[in-house]
Amino acid sequence: MSEIIEKLNQVFKDVFEDESISISPETVAADIDTWDSLNHIYLVVEIENEFNVKFETSEVAQWKNVGDIIESLNSRLPS
Amino acid sequence: MDTMNYMTARKLAKKKDTSLNIPVSVGILGNYTTHFFKDHIRNLLILSGYNPEIHEGAYDQTDIELLDPDSGIYKAKSEIIIILESALKIADKSYAMSTEAKATLADHFLEVIERRIQLINTHNPVAKIMMFTFELYDDNGFGNYFSKTDQSLLRQFYLLNSGLMELTAKYTGFFVLDIQKILFRNNPYRDASLLLSSDLPYTLETQFDMAKTATSFIGAMKGKLKKCLILDLDNTLWGGIIGDDGPENIQIGDLGIGKAYTRLQQWIKSLKERGIILAVCSKNDEQIAKEAFLKNHNMLLQLEDIAVFVANWNNKADNITHIQEVLNIGFDSMVFLDDNPAEREIVRQRHPNITVPELPADPAFYLPFLQQLDLFDIASYSEKDKDRTRQYQEEAERRSLQIKYSSIDDYLESLTMKGDISAFNSQDIPRIAQLTQRSNQYNLRTIRYTEQEITAIANSPGYITYTVKLSDKFGDYGLISVLVLKLVSPEEAFIDTWIMSCRVLKRGVEDFVLENISKDLKRLKIRYLSGEYIPTAKNKMVAELLLKVGLTPVEKGIFKGEIKDFVIQKHFIQ
Repeated sequence: MSEIIEKLNQVFKDVFEDESISISPETVAADIDTWDSLNHIYLVVEIENEFNVKFETSEVAQWKNVGDIIESLNSRLPS
Repeated sequence: MDTMNYMTARKLAKKKDTSLNIPVSVGILGNYTTHFFKDHIRNLLILSGYNPEIHEGAYDQTDIELLDPDSGIYKAKSEIIIILESALKIADKSYAMSTEAKATLADHFLEVIERRIQLINTHNPVAKIMMFTFELYDDNGFGNYFSKTDQSLLRQFYLLNSGLMELTAKYTGFFVLDIQKILFRNNPYRDASLLLSSDLPYTLETQFDMAKTATSFIGAMKGKLKKCLILDLDNTLWGGIIGDDGPENIQIGDLGIGKAYTRLQQWIKSLKERGIILAVCSKNDEQIAKEAFLKNHNMLLQLEDIAVFVANWNNKADNITHIQEVLNIGFDSMVFLDDNPAEREIVRQRHPNITVPELPADPAFYLPFLQQLDLFDIASYSEKDKDRTRQYQEEAERRSLQIKYSSIDDYLESLTMKGDISAFNSQDIPRIAQLTQRSNQYNLRTIRYTEQEITAIANSPGYITYTVKLSDKFGDYGLISVLVLKLVSPEEAFIDTWIMSCRVLKRGVEDFVLENISKDLKRLKIRYLSGEYIPTAKNKMVAELLLKVGLTPVEKGIFKGEIKDFVIQKHFIQ
């Protein structure tokens, strides 16, 4: 769990170009200034590349916070 | 830059100070989400030395933007307008069309595209327009009967693409870039999920590659061209070592791996015919190296294809310096091919601006690898390009003659030069445009013109134009200098453009030109000539030019003087 969030945090830092970002499962788009709909696309693609997974279209649409992203990742990664 | 991805590009571009970069303004319109392409091309332009200003049109509003003379796209006065059209969007629209409309879909969209070109030409005549070809999208509606059925989407996309070719022939400021090769090398190029959720027909990586292609083409338009290919010999142009194996036994021809080298030579020969200068840089005894060319009948490249042939045991970086001096072109316009990674590294370290492709280990992959690098992009082409190798060989002969004469005047006189100066004429338009696009050194203001702009200048009463052609006893240089004088008042002409090919430096061409111009201007009762020097990284050699011809500085970079005060030196051009 902590390993995923660490790796995920790095993706967030890269995509939103902000080294001070520290995410938690409760983090939502409003918490990060540059997290708009276009950067969200970079985020999804970069998470997919980094974790070598592919999310489903409707799944991505339902994400409400970082916790949902982690859950999506957990369901795909070998435990 | 070959292996860089868009995240790295974004990071690097952000760090770069663009204040000294060359400004370029680009407008982007499209029928899908163009935001990512815009990000990519901005970053790539920054990394290629430009300071881009980008105007992005509203989502899928291309025609509305172009119809409105006050729209942002015209206000931005973009030099380049890129229109991105997704075939999938057109497919979507087609499903709502009548059978008749579907059967004439290509015609319909070609009319739309032609109208857009005309609108841009009207409201922003300087803009060059770029599009990608249409993806050959097949919804499999008619399977493999597509070619015989007008209603087949796939057939319509083929027709659309062939129509685009015709439009590029009709409108000189309209350019089409090939999407198919980009899609091939980025497969899978589509992410169905991104298409659905964000209206992105191509993955972000694919769009990055499209932006790379467009950036390289913009570079070519603005004079960033590769002009010379420097070749190693053993295991690069043929298999084996000429010194050990002998001319009969090197691998070239129809057998085995020899075929890979033959194909590479075919390609290199076609580049040469298109005007790329070839040079050889090899660690060999010159005589032995040349035997391969003279004695192996499978060799496609001949000695006369090579402008500068250097084979010795010196350091290759030094030899390349020599080649650069003889050709008198920038290192950044040269490409060096060598199979040996150590040699590549030495050359890269000494000449960081030379492009040195990281050739694959297997010669079978040399050619496909080189072709997909898109190194030799051009934005114009003229028949004269073919003669260039001969011209450089003539230059080598002239250099050896120069040593025999004690004074420069004796030497120049012995050349029996003939000059021909005249106003722009229609056959020369492509070459004139090309000189404005390619010349970097002897170029006062470095203003780049397209063929259509040159035609407009030639036909305008507000300009006086000159081309200069030169020949001497060794051969014909062709059209080597271009001047455009703009009439800014009834008695003053301003030097809008003064370009000369560096092959004719120090031949007295400037004095020949001035002599003729001053006669013309006196006849036209024009008293003053003014000019401007706009410094770039490459045109230092003309920093003093206006001063030397007798103009006086009036403000920073601006010079002015009376025609009667021209300083014209003695010259030997008849």
